[in-house]
Amino acid sequence: MSEKIPAKIRLRSIVDKVYQNAWDAKERGEPVGWSSSKFPAEIAEALGLAVCYPENQAAAISAKHGGQRMCEHAEALGYDNDICGYARISMAYAAGFEAEEKAMPQPDFLLCCNNICNCMTKWYENIARMHDIPLVMIDVPYNNTVEVGDDYVQYIRGQFDDAIKQLEEISGRKMNEKKFEEVCANSNRTAKAWLKVCSYLQYKPSPFAGFDLFNHMAVVVTARCKLESALAFEALAEELQENVKNNHSTWKYEEKHRIMFEGIPCWPQLQPLFKPLKENGMNTTAVVYAPAFGFAYSNLDELMKAYCKAPNSVCLETGVDWREGICRENKVDGILVHYNRSCKPWSGYMPEMERRFRKDLGVPVVSFDGDQADPRNFSEAQYNTRVEGLYEVMEEYKAKKEAK
Amino acid sequence: MSNIQTLLSAFDAIAKNPKKQLDDYISQGKKAIGCFPYYVPEELVYASGMVPFGVWGKTGGKINLAKEYFAAFYCTIAQLNLEMGLDGTLDGLSGVIAPSICDTLRPFTQNFRVACPDIPFMFLAHPQNRKKEYGVKFTEQQYNKIKIKLEEISGIKITNDNLNEAIKIYNENRKARRRFIELAGQYPHIITATSRSVVLKSAFFMLKDEHTKMLNELNGLIEASPIEPWKGKKVVTSGIVLDSPSLLKIFDDNQLAIVADDMAHESRAIRVDVQENTNHPMQALAEQFGNQDYDTLLYDPELNKRPGYLVEKVKKSQADGVVIMIMQFCDPEEIEFPSLKKGLEEAGIPYIKIGMDQQMTNFGQAQTSLQAFADVLSTL
Repeated sequence: MSEKIPAKIRLRSIVDKVYQNAWDAKERGEPVGWSSSKFPAEIAEALGLAVCYPENQAAAISAKHGGQRMCEHAEALGYDNDICGYARISMAYAAGFEAEEKAMPQPDFLLCCNNICNCMTKWYENIARMHDIPLVMIDVPYNNTVEVGDDYVQYIRGQFDDAIKQLEEISGRKMNEKKFEEVCANSNRTAKAWLKVCSYLQYKPSPFAGFDLFNHMAVVVTARCKLESALAFEALAEELQENVKNNHSTWKYEEKHRIMFEGIPCWPQLQPLFKPLKENGMNTTAVVYAPAFGFAYSNLDELMKAYCKAPNSVCLETGVDWREGICRENKVDGILVHYNRSCKPWSGYMPEMERRFRKDLGVPVVSFDGDQADPRNFSEAQYNTRVEGLYEVMEEYKAKKEAK
Repeated sequence: MSNIQTLLSAFDAIAKNPKKQLDDYISQGKKAIGCFPYYVPEELVYASGMVPFGVWGKTGGKINLAKEYFAAFYCTIAQLNLEMGLDGTLDGLSGVIAPSICDTLRPFTQNFRVACPDIPFMFLAHPQNRKKEYGVKFTEQQYNKIKIKLEEISGIKITNDNLNEAIKIYNENRKARRRFIELAGQYPHIITATSRSVVLKSAFFMLKDEHTKMLNELNGLIEASPIEPWKGKKVVTSGIVLDSPSLLKIFDDNQLAIVADDMAHESRAIRVDVQENTNHPMQALAEQFGNQDYDTLLYDPELNKRPGYLVEKVKKSQADGVVIMIMQFCDPEEIEFPSLKKGLEEAGIPYIKIGMDQQMTNFGQAQTSLQAFADVLSTL
């Protein structure tokens, strides 16, 4: 029975199923969509449309070392190497360059929500042009305040309703309210279970390696509206509860220090990223994806507000609050900041955030240069030196604390 | 001719010394509001009795203090705007309006707000789905937030009357600038690339009625001059900002006349007028933003209108080619380059792509490229 299958296997199979579902739909002649990770997935799910996720695909291609090849294809098409690596990989794939690392069917329609970044807008426009297909656009303007105002809610609601109409046309089906409610309930349940999983990082020692979240995140991105995702995360939470009880952990090393890893990982260099951390006993017990994907809502207006809360669409104060919240809860004693060459909006807040982390949390913060997808922007030597530096300062702080 | 030169010198002095211009306005008892790129509804500032003052980086500027907020891979316009906030250049301003429409401007708004706490800060969100009713309404709501703050700063209410008046003044200025751009294309022997730039740039540092007055005079003088055949080549420029005197000199040295443009700092900023004398001037302003198009920074619901628009511009202005100035680290411009390139190639229009940023003072590479481009155009 499914209870006996480890949660991480269940989670992985959910993502595989999302892509298989898309291939099957293509085979049947049904339209397949490509969607940005924080587009309101509820609509397509309720209409039974098959959807793939270019960000997830780009991350997978990068992790399997195809990132540079695809980026170079995009550059040959005229896309500057300054452009986001995910966008370059995705546009190269859309243009017909194959990627065995993570193949997915070519799109028949696009779902773009630019709450993550404005690059998304032009990235999806480019793909829409290449394939001459419809683009469903939900624009979420950047927000300068902690609260999301009614003006934002009304504007996004207007687009949301239009998106439903466009997708009804694309799918040839009418939106069923009951189905939509069910999908929303699943989405909320997944978010709740995801947050529950993330909350286990507060235990000391942690019952899991925080880097695991980077893998599990794929499910929140690609399948948050599916009941099986909620069930799998609930099962994972139960396993973690067991780990706490039995003093087990997926972090197989000594937990000398607990850090926040700030930013998207350098997918092409997961091993080099992990290596000095494990060697120095530094477990990642905080990643901002926990609050960023754990959104819950109880009505449509709240759903609109939830989609305003992406890492690059919230104001500095909210961004700091999210991070400092998990750092405190998860007892972090150092922060490692990734200046991600692919992500201007994200990295653009980091110097100020670093200052606030030091002041508010009293923990050491170090940074390194890297890229979520293009391996040419990462230096292992620099990374190792910075991690070493962080380790030494954390040791110093620890010694001082113990001497008191 | 001497009158033309006198006017051009006056525009040049203003474009080259915005600080003096700002100080002059302040000494007249006026308040000035800094308007960062892009699409700030300056009419609101004007209606509130203040001077809208364009702040689009600083050509030839140096980034030093802003490094505390931005890594190196950010647009130099944004970085230099922050630099000027930090080094005191913007101290005379009574406030700034900061749009957030691109991925650099998102963090820029936050960095400026915390780095320069003494300058009253007005955040501006523009909608990308700007054409539909809900988009226009959202724009209007954001403009209303700005309006309230401007009224607080100036102590003057923005009424339908004074806003309609401001709209009229701005439409007149846009019209004069558009006419000037046409004339510059027809009279390149009078209006060089360099002088074209200072005339257009000075508008950002002047009350628009003052600018219109000077510009209409200049336009009249140009129109009255005889048209002479142009021995060089004609180009359309595309990009964000092209105001570096050394870079413009290369155009002039190589007899490349700028006969039309698709620059954010020039034509993109003045393409669309606002409906005049309505009972809802705020809505009219919001509709104007809804009517903006063909811009790398804006979502195109029709997906690919920009290349055709530029091809048309080339044809209409009888240009020989296009010079695409890519502002380094400007991802909207970069990501739209392949589509533009395709559109130009399909139309058989020669183009050249030149990378630049506002810190650059040595344009050796641009010189070689532009010279070669001028040579290529001569052989066609």
